[in-house]
Amino acid sequence: MTRKQKRLAVIGGGVAFLVAAVLLVMFAFSQSIAYFYVPGDLAKANLEPGTRIRLGGLVEAGTVKRDEGSTVTFTVTDTLATVPVTYTGILPDLFREGQGVVAEGAFGMDGLFVADTVLAKHDETYMPKDVADRLKAQGVELSGKETIK
Amino acid sequence: MIIELGHYALVLALATVIVQSVLPLIGTIRNDRSLMAVAPAAALAGFLLVLFSFSVLTFAYVVSDFSVANVWENSHSLKPMIYKISGVWGNHEGSMLLWLLILVFFSALVSTFGSNLPERLRANVLAVQGMISAAFALFILLTSNPFIRLSPAPAEGQDLNPVLQDIGLAIHPPLLYLGYVGFSICFSFAIAALIEGRIDAAWARWVRPWTLAAWSFLTAGIAMGSYWAYYELGWGGWWFWDPVENASFIPWLAGTALLHSALVMEKREALKIWTVLLAILTFSMSLLGTFLVRSGVLTSVHAFATDPTRGVFILAILVFFIGGALSLFAFRAATLKAGGLFAPISREGALVLNNLILTTAAATVLTGTLYPLVLEALTGEKISVGPPFFNLTFGLLMLPLLLAVPFGPLLAWKRGDIFAAGQRLFAAVAVGLVVAAGVVYAHGGGPVLAYFGIAIGFYMIAGSLTDLWMRAGVGKVKPNVAFRRLVGLPGSAFGTALAHIGVGVTVIGVIAVTAFETEHVVEMKPGMQVEAGGYTLTFDGMRRGQGPNYSEESGHFTVARGGVTVTDIWSSKRLYTARRMPTTEAGIRTFGLSQLYVSLGDAMADGGIVVRVWWKPMILCIWIGALIMMAGGVVSLCDRRLRVGAPQKARKMKPALEAAE
Repeated sequence: MTRKQKRLAVIGGGVAFLVAAVLLVMFAFSQSIAYFYVPGDLAKANLEPGTRIRLGGLVEAGTVKRDEGSTVTFTVTDTLATVPVTYTGILPDLFREGQGVVAEGAFGMDGLFVADTVLAKHDETYMPKDVADRLKAQGVELSGKETIK
Repeated sequence: MIIELGHYALVLALATVIVQSVLPLIGTIRNDRSLMAVAPAAALAGFLLVLFSFSVLTFAYVVSDFSVANVWENSHSLKPMIYKISGVWGNHEGSMLLWLLILVFFSALVSTFGSNLPERLRANVLAVQGMISAAFALFILLTSNPFIRLSPAPAEGQDLNPVLQDIGLAIHPPLLYLGYVGFSICFSFAIAALIEGRIDAAWARWVRPWTLAAWSFLTAGIAMGSYWAYYELGWGGWWFWDPVENASFIPWLAGTALLHSALVMEKREALKIWTVLLAILTFSMSLLGTFLVRSGVLTSVHAFATDPTRGVFILAILVFFIGGALSLFAFRAATLKAGGLFAPISREGALVLNNLILTTAAATVLTGTLYPLVLEALTGEKISVGPPFFNLTFGLLMLPLLLAVPFGPLLAWKRGDIFAAGQRLFAAVAVGLVVAAGVVYAHGGGPVLAYFGIAIGFYMIAGSLTDLWMRAGVGKVKPNVAFRRLVGLPGSAFGTALAHIGVGVTVIGVIAVTAFETEHVVEMKPGMQVEAGGYTLTFDGMRRGQGPNYSEESGHFTVARGGVTVTDIWSSKRLYTARRMPTTEAGIRTFGLSQLYVSLGDAMADGGIVVRVWWKPMILCIWIGALIMMAGGVVSLCDRRLRVGAPQKARKMKPALEAAE
C-alpha cells in the first residue's frame, strides 16, 4: 500500500467506526426510551400493551393495598384520571399516599399497569409542569426542595 | 465578625485572581518579565484567601453558627462532628466554594512546582487559570454566597439531607473535584500553548503529570461515589447511569483519552492538534458536568437546589470558556505543525484506536444524558433514557477496546507487528479461556456472554502482565537478571500494567455481579429463613434504636452456612427527626470479594416485614479495580522520567541561591 492508501484506510476505518456508533445510538434510542405520561394523557396516547412508559402522578389516598408477599397495588392519579398500578418489590422510602410518584413499566393486555421501578419524590420537578400547576390549583401541597432517588 | 472576614477574603480573592488573569497576559504581550512574575505570587495569594474563606465557613459549621443562612439550612447541632464538616460541601453554596478552592489550589501548585516551566508558558497558564477562578468566584459571590447572615439567628438548624450524612459523602466530592477541576490545568496549558502558537513534545511532558494526577483523583472519586450509592441508597445497584454520575464519567472518559494521546505527543510529537483539542474538551466536559449538576436542570440526588439565575450564570461561564477556547483553537490550529508519521499498526495506531473509542463512548454517554433535556426544551415531551440505552451502546463500544488493550504496550512505536504481539498474548488468551471454563464448570448455567466477559477480564490482567514479563525477559535470561530488569523497569511501565489490570479486575466484577447476582424479595416473620449465595439467613426480629439525630428500626439476621452460624447482619430503616425523612441503611456482609446485601421494606399488618436479600458475587472487584487503576496513575506519576531535564538544573541552582541569600 502506498502512504496515501494507508491514510485512506485509517480514515475510512475511523469513519466506519463512528457511523457504526451513530447507528448503534439510534438503535438503542428506539429500543429503550420511555416517554412520560400522566393518567389524563393516556386516553389520547393509544399505547400498545407492552410499550415502556413512565407514569407520573400522585398516589391516591386509600388505594395502597398489599397482598401476600411483596406485591403492592395502588392508584396513580393526576386528579383528572386514575390508573391502577401493580408492583412487586420494595417501595422506596419516600413512597406515601398522597405523594408524587413515578412508576416505570408497561400496560399488560388486561389494562393493568405493571411497574418494575417505582420512584417516589416529593418534588414538583418530577412532574410535568401543567400537572404540578393543576395540582397546586387544587390546593395540593408540593413543597420541599429535597429530591431523593 | 469572623464570618464577615471570610466573606471579605472571598471578595479579595476575586480581586487577586483578576490581577492574576490580566497582568501576566499583558506581561507576555509586552515581554515584561516583572508583570509575568506577578502570576505565581497572585496565584498563591488567591489560594490562601480562598482557603481562609473556606476555613471560616467550616468553622461556622463546626460551632453550628445558625446566624449563617447556609449553616442553618444544612446543619443541626446534634449532627456528629464529621458530618458537620462534610456538610460544608453537602450543599450548593459550600460545594461551589470547594470547587473554587480546588481550582486555586491547582493554580498554587503550578506556581510552586512549575519553576521548570518556561516563563511565558507559566504566566499564560496561570492567567487562564485566573480567568476560570475569577468566573467562579464571581458566580459564588453573586448567586451562591454561603456567607449570607440571618437575623435573628434561628435556634436550631434544618439538618443535612440524611442520605448525605455518610462517610462516603464526606470523601467523595473532594476527590471528585480534585479530579475534574484538576483538568482545568490541562485546559489552561492548552490555551496557553494556543496563545503562544507553539507546541511541542516538551509541552506534552509538562501536561502529562497534571493529567495523571487529575485522572487518578477522578478515578478514585467516581469509585467512591459508586460505592456510596451502592450501600447508602439501599437499592443494591452500583451504577445507575444517573445524569449526575454521567457528569463525572464523561470527563473521566475524555481524560483517559487525553492521558493516552499526550503519551503519543510526548514520545513521537504526533497527534498534537488532537491532544490540544482533547485537553480543551476534557475540561469543557467538567464544566458541562458542573452546569448539569449545579444549575438544577436535572433532578436527582445531587441537584440540591433549583434556581434559574445560577443555571444561566454557569451557562454563560460555559459558553465563554468553551466557545472562547474552541475559537482560539480554530484560529490557531492551522499554525500548529503536524508531527511524526506512523503506520496504522503501531503503538501510535493502538493509542489512536483507544482515543477513537473512548471519545466516541464519551460522546454516546453525553448524547444519552443530554437528549432528554434537549427534547424537553424543544418539544416539552418528557422522556427518560435509562440504563438499557447506556448498557447497550457503552458496552458494545467498549468491547473492541478491552480486547485491544493488551496489544497496545506490546506494539512498537512507528511500526508494529500485530502477529508477533498476538503470539505473545497467546498465554493471556489461554488464561482467560481456562478461567472461564473453570467458572462454567463450577457455576454452570447463566448467559454465555458472561463467561466471555470473564474471559476478557482475565485475558486483560494476564495480557498486561505479559508486557512486564517480556520486557524483563523472563525465561530468556537468568532469573536473577530478569528480576533485576523487572525492578529496573521505568515506573510508567508498571503504571500502565497496573491501570490495565485494574480495568480487567473491574470488568470481572461488573460481569460477575450482572450475570450471577441473585435477588430475593420476601415477606419475613421472626424465625423465617431465606437462602442467598449458599448462605441461610434467619430473621430474628426487630429492635428499636436511637441515634444522635435519628430513630431507627433494625432487623437482625443470623447468617449460617451448612448449618453453622458464620455471622449476623443488622439492617435498618432510619427516620431523621429534623426533616422527618426516612432512609434505608442496608445491612452488608463481605465474604471474600462477594457480599450479602439486606435491605428492609415496609412492615406488614400481620407483623411481617418485606425483606430484600441480594447475593452480590465478586462485587468488590468493581471498586478494587478502580483503585488499582488509580494506583497505576500514581505509580506513573512517580516515574522519574516525567521529571527529567529542567528540575536537575533547578536543584543545582538552589544551593547557589541559598548561598546568595
